[in-house]
Amino acid sequence: MTVNYMQAIAARYLRLGYTPYRWFVADSPPPWEPLVKPLNQLRLGLLSTAGTYALGQVAYHYKDDASIRQIDSTTANADLRFSHITENYLVAAKRDPNCIFPLRNLHQLVREGLIGALAEKVFSCMGGVYSQRKVRTETAPALLAAFRAQAVDAALLVAM
Amino acid sequence: MCHQTVSLVARHLEANGIPTMCLTSALDIIEAGRPPRATFVDYTLGHTAGKPSDELDQLGILRATLRGFEALTEPGGMHRLPNVWGEESWRAAASSTVGEDTRQPRDETPQFQFPADRLAALACAAL
Repeated sequence: MTVNYMQAIAARYLRLGYTPYRWFVADSPPPWEPLVKPLNQLRLGLLSTAGTYALGQVAYHYKDDASIRQIDSTTANADLRFSHITENYLVAAKRDPNCIFPLRNLHQLVREGLIGALAEKVFSCMGGVYSQRKVRTETAPALLAAFRAQAVDAALLVAM
Repeated sequence: MCHQTVSLVARHLEANGIPTMCLTSALDIIEAGRPPRATFVDYTLGHTAGKPSDELDQLGILRATLRGFEALTEPGGMHRLPNVWGEESWRAAASSTVGEDTRQPRDETPQFQFPADRLAALACAAL
């Protein structure tokens, strides 16, 4: 049985005195863009919502930080960091970033020939933003421009 | 919340010409958000791309996820992976409707993982 997060989170925060959060429920079918190339020729982009930043970059803040970070895909594991409103989910990632930010493993899959290439810059955001308006008007357009600048054929989005 | 953000971003990218695949671990939030393509791995949050220090598990999840780009051919398609986390007590904790607020205080200053990260950001003139 999978966890019913929406129900559990709503009930938990109601007990703590918060008004119930209105989750995003899509009222239209998903858009669809077919792949233009086979998987083994794709130039892939990456987004993590885990609040990943690289050493030398500014960390995220916890109050609906809608900004993004552009991280060199050659960044070493040891130079990857995280800051996120739900830090409790990041204990393992701070030891092994690949369980949530699979940079090293995507390079491995390029070497294996499963995908064609990984973009030079990969992206992160701090997904714990309560304002859906901010995600729609700030984060999503910034990421679209960033992915376009990397000329990706497709994007892998890893949720935390 | 991250899963909601991922759904919103995926729909925006896809509507503007970039095919997306969401790798996820919160099934109900993804079913509500309806991203174009999703892979679901039933792990405790924070380990969507595999178990820590288990490269075999991580690579297996990533390979299956990326193959979904070719295998999923309908909008809203989802691939559920058979991977099992193992120890299952996280499930009861995540489903609990009681307990403390585990979120960090919501202030607007950068929250560096290590104090030295702040100095590194200053040195790079990022701050």
